[in-house]
Amino acid sequence: MKVLVPVKRVLDYNVKVRVKSDQTGVDLANVKMAMNPFDEIAVEEAVRLKEKGTVTEIVAVSIGVAQCEAILRTALAMGADRGLLIETDQDLEPLAVAKVLKAVVAQENPDIVLMGKQAIDGDNNATGQMLSALLDWPQATFASKVEIAGSEALVTREVDGGLQTLGVQLPAVITTDLRLNEPRYASLPNIMKAKKKPLDTKALADYGVDAAARLTVVKVTEPAKRSAGIKVDSADALIANLKTAGVL
Amino acid sequence: MAVLVIADHDGAHLRDTTLKVITAAQKLSGDIDVLVYGEASAVAAQAAGAAGVRKVLTAESAELKADIAEAVSALIVSLAGGYDAIAIPATASGKNVAPRIAAALDVSIISDVIDVVAGDTFVHPIYAGNALETVKTADAKKVLTVRPTAFAPVAATGGSAAVEAVAVPAVTLKTRFVSDEKVVSDRPELGAAKVVVSGGRALGSADEFKAVLEPLADKLGAAVGASRAAVDAGYAPNDYQVGQTGKVVAPELYIAVGISGAIQHLAGMKDSKVIVAINKDPEAPIFQVADFGLVEDYKTAVPALLKALG
Repeated sequence: MKVLVPVKRVLDYNVKVRVKSDQTGVDLANVKMAMNPFDEIAVEEAVRLKEKGTVTEIVAVSIGVAQCEAILRTALAMGADRGLLIETDQDLEPLAVAKVLKAVVAQENPDIVLMGKQAIDGDNNATGQMLSALLDWPQATFASKVEIAGSEALVTREVDGGLQTLGVQLPAVITTDLRLNEPRYASLPNIMKAKKKPLDTKALADYGVDAAARLTVVKVTEPAKRSAGIKVDSADALIANLKTAGVL
Repeated sequence: MAVLVIADHDGAHLRDTTLKVITAAQKLSGDIDVLVYGEASAVAAQAAGAAGVRKVLTAESAELKADIAEAVSALIVSLAGGYDAIAIPATASGKNVAPRIAAALDVSIISDVIDVVAGDTFVHPIYAGNALETVKTADAKKVLTVRPTAFAPVAATGGSAAVEAVAVPAVTLKTRFVSDEKVVSDRPELGAAKVVVSGGRALGSADEFKAVLEPLADKLGAAVGASRAAVDAGYAPNDYQVGQTGKVVAPELYIAVGISGAIQHLAGMKDSKVIVAINKDPEAPIFQVADFGLVEDYKTAVPALLKALG
């Protein structure tokens, strides 16, 4: 069984987000970039499935600038077998990413596309669902548990009001939620080994996909800041203040 | 220009969320239809009574009731021809289907809309709410998820829309429903509650989480929420999570107990009207957004609060 894991290079989640003063976007110059945390969970899950013997090959794919190679190397160090970098300087929207991934699926024929439910930059939570629509595959989003049983994946999903378990016929798209697993840190020997694992580089144009932007960013601004209020010294004082504020 | 709003409901009650999405839709058009899918009959009557609704569409099937994305998406795509925009609540259910619908229609998705600037221009948060992006779409048909907390609800009564059943398209599903494990509670729903009491990792165990927060929530008629750390540690169910990847809430009063205030948590509650933080660490970031901060161990502070509330 083969798994394709798309991984995105994003601003490291520990880095403070700064909006550019010209309102054209978020400042990404000279800041630490890392693998999208939800994608790390997807890589980890794929590796665990391989360790269980369910999966035989894991292909990690990243679409973006040349520096995405570092993200792919991280995936390889965690246990992916092969990397594919589709290079572009264009900032692709979820629909365009889904179209490129559809073309990759046609070449690679994976049984599962396992990916993060959202990237922590755009927060769209869309690419997996879009890909499954384009492929006419079933989808199991927001997974907190994945079990493969023959030609079906049993996926427990985090939904409104609790959990839902679905059985999806493979091939399928599965997107990961936070509690699916805790990704491992790559060990030094594995980081060294990852340098020798195969990694192909292609150009976006090689896929002949319409990746044109549908959205124009008018502006990016900082949200209104909430200022700190007052400290109170007792529960009684707190209640008195809440009554004055009209919320009790 | 007409807009199709997808109703958020539990089979018996139309959620307030729907009324808020209607408000957002009204910024696009006066012609608003509401689709109620799943177990529709009781809810359809409520939707028909909401102010400003032109027509209520209903669709019922077992697959729709189980909220299977392939079935829901096929239904909405089959109706899309009659609308210029489809507005879907930004709930887990809505986020599951909206992008699938958009891709099937070959249009972009605009997620978590918090403001409608013009018919083709929308504001939505990115980077966990640390930036607000205004985007203009070139797509003729718009598929949006709408963040309910950003809009006031339309009146739940006063409307008298016609209710009409629509055909459910036949789809060969490659998904089967296995089971549901829903959290049953008599408390108000987290997304709609006027008061929310939330707990963090400081509470230390699932038993302590319950023992400390539930009496306070009962006293205040509040919903119970949790930080991601508390949910990850197993102190509270996943559905309680408030934050960037959990629920976004904006109650009148938000009480954070033993929550340090990670950015991703703040993204889910910073639009609350009044925020109270109870934490023994005076340096906790939660105090930077709290209107009222009480630097005290929750073990003494919460019982004192209960006593003061009488």
